[in-house]
Amino acid sequence: MNITRRQMLILLPAAAVAWDHILAGTPEASPNYNMTDHWWGMLIDITKCIGCGSCVRGCQLENQVPDGYFRTWVERYHVADWELEYPKVDSPDGGKGGFPIAKEEGGKNFFVPKLCNHCADSPCTQVCPVGATFVSPDGVVLVDQKYCLGCRYCVQACPYGCRFINPKTETANKCTLCYHRITKGLTTACCEVCPTGTRQLADLKNPKDPIHEFLRTHSVQVLKPHLATRAKVFYYGLDGSVR
Amino acid sequence: MKKFKDAGHLFRMAAVFLVGVIAFVVLRAAFVPRSFGQYGHYRGKAIAEIAALPISYAGHQVCEGCHTDVFDVKSKGVHKGVACESCHGPLAKHADDPASVQPAKLDTAKLCVRCHEANIAKPKNFPQVVAEEHSGGAACESCHQPHSPAIVAGGSQ
Repeated sequence: MNITRRQMLILLPAAAVAWDHILAGTPEASPNYNMTDHWWGMLIDITKCIGCGSCVRGCQLENQVPDGYFRTWVERYHVADWELEYPKVDSPDGGKGGFPIAKEEGGKNFFVPKLCNHCADSPCTQVCPVGATFVSPDGVVLVDQKYCLGCRYCVQACPYGCRFINPKTETANKCTLCYHRITKGLTTACCEVCPTGTRQLADLKNPKDPIHEFLRTHSVQVLKPHLATRAKVFYYGLDGSVR
Repeated sequence: MKKFKDAGHLFRMAAVFLVGVIAFVVLRAAFVPRSFGQYGHYRGKAIAEIAALPISYAGHQVCEGCHTDVFDVKSKGVHKGVACESCHGPLAKHADDPASVQPAKLDTAKLCVRCHEANIAKPKNFPQVVAEEHSGGAACESCHQPHSPAIVAGGSQ
């Protein structure tokens, strides 16, 4: 068979593309972990939170979060009486070192731990111009650190303020729901160190997970439900003043 | 018989266009990572890379494998729900190499107040003290045994 120079010029790139697809193959997954069997979320029981900041410290140590930046943090709310629109909120250093004695006396006071809500319809992944952030097949919102440009669109898009630009890498950073732990069968660092059981990792696809019984028998709420982000961090005992 | 005059121009245009298309296909294949688009509009391999990051907290199940004596004491007290690394810090390295990596000794006077110092926002049923009034700065372990803090008759064990 004779191939002319012109035919060769057309065939070569086509062969290159085909070879590329062959090499791509299937990626190596974590052993015994099947992404399609899980759909991760979290349950936060506000009535148990003591504002000790263990979760914030645990997260920082597990994920090398720089000082002054937070993948999770704890807020203290003070609602004087009936004006739910005007709560007083403080979070000194993200609540990492606990909370000082409150200035305000009386009223309603409580702690609210916050983290990425791992929205199923996440605004942050929709705005990424390069496909560096995504919802994984098991429902965790992740950032590809090698692909992120650091353009900050996602930081602005997150309605919960859960993203930041890591000053060392200049890329977007956020809670991974300790993806490197949950894929190994462990719980997240914050859930591990929470002394009161306020935080509980939940696998919404696992019918044996106690989350299902809890959701059936308790009134739970997500943050900013009007934004229809399909957040998967469920709060029990959430007050109407929490934003 | 010539239908179009100067048809060569068209062929040259087509050739330039073809070169452009080929250049696009080749460059795209070279620059787009192989796993891009595997699960969606992102690099599929990124998932495996994030999953492969090292852990710092070993998890209380690992601790309980060796420290069964502490686990027995702790599981009978009110601190049964508190994971080991909640107080002792991340110790995956100790779990990997118990001989050479030893956890630091804890100062109970500083450690316990993290949770038990009174604060108006804490749940009312959570045991809280004003440490200054309660112990005057003395180490908590002089009365309470941290793994099972209830004070039993005859002093703490």
